[in-house]
Amino acid sequence: MLQYIPLLPFAGYLVNLAFGRRVSKAVSAWVACLAMAGAFAFSLAAVLALLQRPLEARAIEQLVFHWIVSGDLDVPLAFRLDPLSAVMVLVVSGIGFLIHVYSAAYMHEEVPSEYARYFSYLNLFASFMLVLVLGSTFLVMFVGWEGVGLCSYLLIGFWYRKKSASDAGKKAFIVNRIGDYGFLLGMLGLFAAFGTLDFQKIAQVIGPMAPETVFGPLSLIALLLFVGAAGKSAQIPLHVWLPDAMEGPTPVSALIHAATMVTAGVYMIGRNAVLFGHAPHVLLVVGIIGAATALFAATIGLVQNDIKRVLAYSTVSQLGYMFLAMGVGAYAAGIFHLYTHAFFKALLFLGAGAVIHALAGEQDMRRMGGLRRDLPITFWTFLIATLAIAGVPGLSGFFSKDEILYRVWSSGHPWLWLIGTITSFLTAIYMFRVVFLTFFGSRREMEMDAPGPGHPGAAAAPGTPPKTGGPQDHMGLQHQGAHLHDAPPLMAIPLLLLAIGAVVAGYVGVPGALGGANRIEAFLEPSFTVARQAEGVRPRSEDRGPTGEALGLGTRPEGRGATAGHQAPAGQPGSEDPGSTELNLMALATAIALAGMALSAVLFLTRRQAAEALARTFAPVHRLLLGKYYVDEAYDAVIVQPLVTGSERGLWKGVDAGVIDGAVNGVGRLVGGASGALRQLQTGSIRAYAASLFLGVVLVLAYLVWR
Amino acid sequence: MIPSLTHYLVLSAILFAIGTMGVFLRRNLITILLSIEIMLNAANLTFVAFGRTFGTVDGQVIVFFVVTVAAAEAAVGLALVIALFRHRKSLDPDAYTALRG
Repeated sequence: MLQYIPLLPFAGYLVNLAFGRRVSKAVSAWVACLAMAGAFAFSLAAVLALLQRPLEARAIEQLVFHWIVSGDLDVPLAFRLDPLSAVMVLVVSGIGFLIHVYSAAYMHEEVPSEYARYFSYLNLFASFMLVLVLGSTFLVMFVGWEGVGLCSYLLIGFWYRKKSASDAGKKAFIVNRIGDYGFLLGMLGLFAAFGTLDFQKIAQVIGPMAPETVFGPLSLIALLLFVGAAGKSAQIPLHVWLPDAMEGPTPVSALIHAATMVTAGVYMIGRNAVLFGHAPHVLLVVGIIGAATALFAATIGLVQNDIKRVLAYSTVSQLGYMFLAMGVGAYAAGIFHLYTHAFFKALLFLGAGAVIHALAGEQDMRRMGGLRRDLPITFWTFLIATLAIAGVPGLSGFFSKDEILYRVWSSGHPWLWLIGTITSFLTAIYMFRVVFLTFFGSRREMEMDAPGPGHPGAAAAPGTPPKTGGPQDHMGLQHQGAHLHDAPPLMAIPLLLLAIGAVVAGYVGVPGALGGANRIEAFLEPSFTVARQAEGVRPRSEDRGPTGEALGLGTRPEGRGATAGHQAPAGQPGSEDPGSTELNLMALATAIALAGMALSAVLFLTRRQAAEALARTFAPVHRLLLGKYYVDEAYDAVIVQPLVTGSERGLWKGVDAGVIDGAVNGVGRLVGGASGALRQLQTGSIRAYAASLFLGVVLVLAYLVWR
Repeated sequence: MIPSLTHYLVLSAILFAIGTMGVFLRRNLITILLSIEIMLNAANLTFVAFGRTFGTVDGQVIVFFVVTVAAAEAAVGLALVIALFRHRKSLDPDAYTALRG
C-alpha cells in the first residue's frame, strides 16, 4: 500500500506531461490536485494502520522490488513507514495538497501548456519527496534527494526566459550538488564500513557500539552526511541558493523552500539519529552551525526589502533552529519544529503570494502598506502565522521553539541557548516588520527611486527585489488599484486551513511542564532509538531522563565527560526541578517575543523615522546586512571567478585550443609540410623525369650487381 | 692493333653515355628520340661484341629482337611527338609541364 503514496503524484506528473498542453487548465489542475489528495488519503490510511500497532512494532515495511543485487550490495526499492516518516509523509502530502490547490488560482494567468508544465513539475516534486521520506535505505532516499533537487531547479527556473530565474535555478542545483557530493561520500563510507545501506540495519549495527570519543570513521561519515544536509537545507556555508530561489513562483517557495524540500536535511539526521548519536563531535558541529545559521540569517532578514527574501532568510534561520535541536540530541524537538514550521512558513509564503498577486507583482515592502483593509483574509492568516513564528504562547511555534531552546539549555549549552534566544528576539522583530510594513500604515508609492537608508542605490544593489512575482510582464507596474482584491477562494481556503494548523498543530507537543503529555515526542521516540530486538532487552524506562525524554542512543555513555555532555544525561546540570526551569525559560521566551513585537511596532508602525534614522546611523552595518554579508560576492571572488578564469584561459585556450587542437592541427600541418617538400619532385619537366628514371635503373642494377 | 673485346665495350659505353646525355640535355623531342636510338644501338654493339668473343650467334639473334623493338618504339615515339606538337606547337620538352605539382 505504501507505494501508492509516491506513485499517485508521479502518475499525475506523467499525465500532465503527456496531455497537459492539449487539455484545459482546469483539467490539469484537477489531475494534479487529485493526485495529491490521493497521496494524502493513502498516507492517512497508512498512518492510521501504523497507529494500530503496538509501540514496539511501529513500522510498516513494503518491498516493491529488488533493485540492486550486486555482490554485497543489496538495495531493494523498499519503503518503510515508521513514526518519523509518518509525520513527514502527512506534512508533505497534506500541505502539498493545499499548495496545489492554491497554485491552481495563483498561476491562472499562464497559458495552458505552461500551466500543465507547472503542475507536472509540482507533482513530480511531491512524488520524489515522498520517496525521500519513505525510503528504507540510503539509496532510495538519495533517489528522492536528487529528484527534489532536480524539481527545485525546474521550478525555480520555471520562468526560464528570465535570466535571473534560470541563473537561480542553476545556482540552487549546483550548490545542492556540492552537498550531495558529501552525501555520496558518506554513503560510500557507510557501505564500506557496514556493508549495507539500510537504515534499520545500520542502526542495529551501530547501536551497541560505544560513541566515538575521537574523530573516527563514524564521525567522518556523519560529517559527510551533514555536508549533504547543509546543502539541501541551506545551512552555512551552503545557504546561498535559498534566497535566490525566490525567483520561482511563490507557491513553489512555499512548498519546496519552506515546508518540504529544505527539511530533508533535518529529516535525514533524524533518520540516522543512532549514527549521529555516536558521533558527538559532529553533533556539536551540527548544533553550532545550526545556531550560527539561525542568527546569521535572522540578522540579514532584518533589513531586506523584498518580502519573499525576508521569508527566505527566515526559513534559513528556522532551519538553523532545527539543526540546533538535532545537534543537542533533541531529535524529536527538531522534527516537531519542522512540522509546525511547515504550517506557518507555508502560510507566510502563501500569504505573501496573495499580496504579490493582489499588487500585480509588487514585492518591495517599501511600496506596500495599508493592505489590511483590502486583504482581510490574507492579513489575518498572515498575522496568525507571524505570531506563530515569533513564538507567542498558544500557537504552534511557541511549543516547538520552546522545546528546542529548553533542550539546548538543559543539555549544557548556554551559549547556543543564548544565540537561539537572540535569534528569537530578532525573528519577532523582522517578522512583525513585514506585517507592519505590508499591512499597516498607508500605501507608499512614492519612494520609487529613493534608495532606502544606507542603501547604495541603483538597480544593481543588493536587496533590490527582482520583481518576479508575476508571470509575464509584472515588472513593478503601477496599476495597483486594478487587482487589489483579496485572495480568491482557491487561495483563501488553503490560507485558512494552514492558519488553523498553525494554531493547533503545536498541541501534540505540549510539554510536561505545562501539564501536557508531549505526545509527539513519545510518538517519535521509536524512530530515534535502535530496535529493541537487536540489542537485547532494555526496558525503555532506563533511557528516560527526568523530564521524560528518551536519550536517543543505543547505549549509555560511559560518563558525562566522555561524550562532551550533550546527550541529555541522567542528571540535568544544576536543576533539581526541571519543570520549573522549563517554565522559567518559557516565560523568558514569551517576554522576548512580546518585546520583539513591541520594538517592531515602535520602529515600523508608529515611528518609521526612527527606523530610518537607526539605519542611517549604523549605515555600514546596514549595508553589510543588506548585502547579505557579501557571502555571494566572496564566493564569486574566491571560487567562481578563479574557476571561470582557469577554465577559460587554462583549460579552454590552453589545453583545448592549444594542446589538443594544436596536436590535431599540427599533424595536419606536418603532413602538409612533408608533402610540400615532396612536391618539389613534381617539376613537370620531362627531362627531369627521364633523369630520375635513369637514376632509378642505375640504383637497382647497382644493388643487384653488388649483392 | 687488333680491336679486342675491351675496345668494343668501351665504344659501346661511350655511345651509351652519349645517348643518355642526349636524352637529358637536348631540347628537341626528335633529337631525344634519336638519342634513344643511339642508346639502343650501343646495346646492340655490346651484344654483338660478346657474341663474337664467345663464338656464338646468340648476340646477333638478340640484335634482331632489339632492332624490332627499336623500330616499334620509334614509330610510337614519333606518333607521340606528332600528337604533342599538334597540341602545343613546340618540340621543346620544357614546354610540356602539365604534370607539374
